[in-house]
Amino acid sequence: MSIFGFHYRLERKAIGLVLGIIAVASIGGLVEIAPLFTIHQTVEDAPDMRLYTPLELAGRNIYIREGCYACHSQMIRTLRDEVDRYGPYSLAVESKYDHPMLWGSKRTGPDLARIGEKYSDQWHVAHLINPRDVVPVSIMPAYDWLLSTELRTDDLDLHLKAQRAVGVPYTNDMIANAPLDAYGQSNPDSPQAEGVTKRYGKATTVRAFDGRASQLTEMDALVAYLQVLGRLTDAAHKPIAQAGAE
Amino acid sequence: MIAQLTRNERQHAILISLAVAISGLLLGLAGRNDPIGIHGALIFVAGVFTIFLIGRDYYTPEPSDERFTHYYDDPTKAGIVLAMIWVVFGLAVGDWAAWQLVNPDLTFGGGWSSFGRIRPVHTTSVIFGFGGNGLIATSLYVLQRTSRARLPDQLSPWFVLVGYNLFCVLAVTGYLMGITQSKEYAEPEWYADIWLVIVWVVYFLIYLRTLARRKEPHIYVSNWYYMAFILVVAMLHIVNNLAVPVSLGHAKSYSLFSGVQDAMTQWWYGHNAVAFFLTAGFLGMMYYFLPIRAGRPIFSYRLSIISFWGITFFYMWAGSHHLHYTALPQWVQTLGMTFSLMLLIPSWASAGNALLTLNGAWHKVRDDATLRFMMVAAVFYGLTTFEGSFMAIRSVNSLSHYTDWTIGHVHAGALGWVAMITFGAIYASVPWLWKREAMYSARLVEAHFWLALAGTVIYVFAMWNSGIVQGLMWRTYNESGTLAFSFVDSLIAMHPYYIARAIGGLLFLIGGGVGAYNIWMTIKLPTQATEKAGDLPEPRPVGGVSHQPAE
Repeated sequence: MSIFGFHYRLERKAIGLVLGIIAVASIGGLVEIAPLFTIHQTVEDAPDMRLYTPLELAGRNIYIREGCYACHSQMIRTLRDEVDRYGPYSLAVESKYDHPMLWGSKRTGPDLARIGEKYSDQWHVAHLINPRDVVPVSIMPAYDWLLSTELRTDDLDLHLKAQRAVGVPYTNDMIANAPLDAYGQSNPDSPQAEGVTKRYGKATTVRAFDGRASQLTEMDALVAYLQVLGRLTDAAHKPIAQAGAE
Repeated sequence: MIAQLTRNERQHAILISLAVAISGLLLGLAGRNDPIGIHGALIFVAGVFTIFLIGRDYYTPEPSDERFTHYYDDPTKAGIVLAMIWVVFGLAVGDWAAWQLVNPDLTFGGGWSSFGRIRPVHTTSVIFGFGGNGLIATSLYVLQRTSRARLPDQLSPWFVLVGYNLFCVLAVTGYLMGITQSKEYAEPEWYADIWLVIVWVVYFLIYLRTLARRKEPHIYVSNWYYMAFILVVAMLHIVNNLAVPVSLGHAKSYSLFSGVQDAMTQWWYGHNAVAFFLTAGFLGMMYYFLPIRAGRPIFSYRLSIISFWGITFFYMWAGSHHLHYTALPQWVQTLGMTFSLMLLIPSWASAGNALLTLNGAWHKVRDDATLRFMMVAAVFYGLTTFEGSFMAIRSVNSLSHYTDWTIGHVHAGALGWVAMITFGAIYASVPWLWKREAMYSARLVEAHFWLALAGTVIYVFAMWNSGIVQGLMWRTYNESGTLAFSFVDSLIAMHPYYIARAIGGLLFLIGGGVGAYNIWMTIKLPTQATEKAGDLPEPRPVGGVSHQPAE
């Protein structure tokens, strides 16, 4: 029986076609995606990896809301020129807590995977208020209104809970204090500031990101997020042999 | 519309609308401090408005049994009108976004109007608004004629069409308010995604129920493609959108997957949205409308079998070519590249099958802009699939990835293939559907064709140039071994190409406007044509073209 003879009979049966399509279309995804969850080497180990603070997570959500990923990637490829331009190539572990990932697909603007602490807070604030004030030929939109928009913090505990539900190890303590931690991280002189470093580690940056400690704005959150990009773990800066092992 | 529903269907429609309105009300109340509340209100109003519409005509007489002697084409007509509205809107937003890259002050200072928010408005409007409505409309048309069976009922096609457009409206208005999952081409949030699943299941059931009542022993090749489109898009949509909402009163959700697994899942989705939304469905369209318009049978039945199963199998492996040289394990990248190259075989089999079908009808291609739309679509399909396989090669991808070359490639496919085949199918079916002798103006179809072709060519050449220039500038080293150009240098070099691209897009948009006008004027023409044999669900051959395999 030829294959076309078989098909000649198959195409007379709607259910046969449906089952055939489902079977044939499932194979690729099963072979390529399922092992990524089970093969241990897929994501490197990075014991020093820390979590996004509530403020940084809120900033990340603003980054998503504004569609920044449409023009900025966060994935430095294993190519010489990219490493020279942006820094060590990105490791899988660096986006382990990124639900969803923001690797991006287009660089209308430069890659941001290692932008953290490359520029000052003041530079970022000025740049977001009007990109052309600091980069005259920039074609990025202005986000001046972030500076006057108060950040919503009352529901940050719910955000952390949802993050925990998808696998990010936030503790009960972190969830309970999420709104306060957001305030504390942008207000270094406040009593809440101490709790942030206690819960998220000494490496956490506590600053008045938008330059004004009194107000917690969306600008604070976005700049806090930009300043932590590439700095959740040092794994990418270690020699390859160490980063890849175990 | 309501007059065509039976009393029973009107009651069901009211119940469904009531359920929709209550869901909207609950979402609105739960999310009154969140943008989701606005969507809840919008869903509530949509449900109440539909109840009002049905209630107003509730007591009009039921349709007579005479309806069973005709195909049910009203949802198709509405789908075509909606597709044309979406395409003009989507192209206009796209061109606006293109001009923003020429002059960033064209946001006019609003948060809602910045590039990052209107870009998904553009992509969703053209892919899902225009493409999706075009697919739903033509699939229902083709399904009935190739099965020689009327749709199983009057309510479910309307549910699919209206429900699908509600999804599109939720998506587009959501982006403007900042509601997005950030997953490219899967931006809508959890509640819109769940709604789409419900709509999609009903759509699939229409297919199965109509096929079960078909009077043709064989299922025509177009329907294989339309079914693969419906089935696989459902699969992709459900897996890629798995997420946990912050609460029932929050639009925001967090994807179940993270990092590298999320990237692979997203591009498994993203690439196969291209494969099964933008390719399989439109191949189904092509396999019906091109042979009908040309008056020639499909060149090769066997080639259509090979290409169908090849596309269904190979495409699903190809998504990882979006992640070359990234943190994705190399074995997955290599598989993606290998299958992308093999994919060229079924792709060119389809393109070749379409073009060879035109043998003996090339004089019609010369004289008939509608058929020429379809011919050029098949040519662009062949070119774009070749380019796609080429760009999937790792070393080529190292240059092209992250640059405008990708944008050019996508638009060669979207403008040259998807939009052209859809315009061809719409121009072919509008006179048949509205019982007119021909389109209002053949010259306007001709004008649309040349505007669309010129716009596409200008767009694609501009992006090829900018993409390759960009890719080369990023990797160029000077004699002392340091990078020769800053990122800003490459940005300055893009400027002329961005102007050219926006002009190309503008031409395409004007073409779309001309098309919408022409279709509107055709609908307004007084009825002239008498019913054709092909409009009746009886066993009569149509125009000498058989929809059955020759063997």
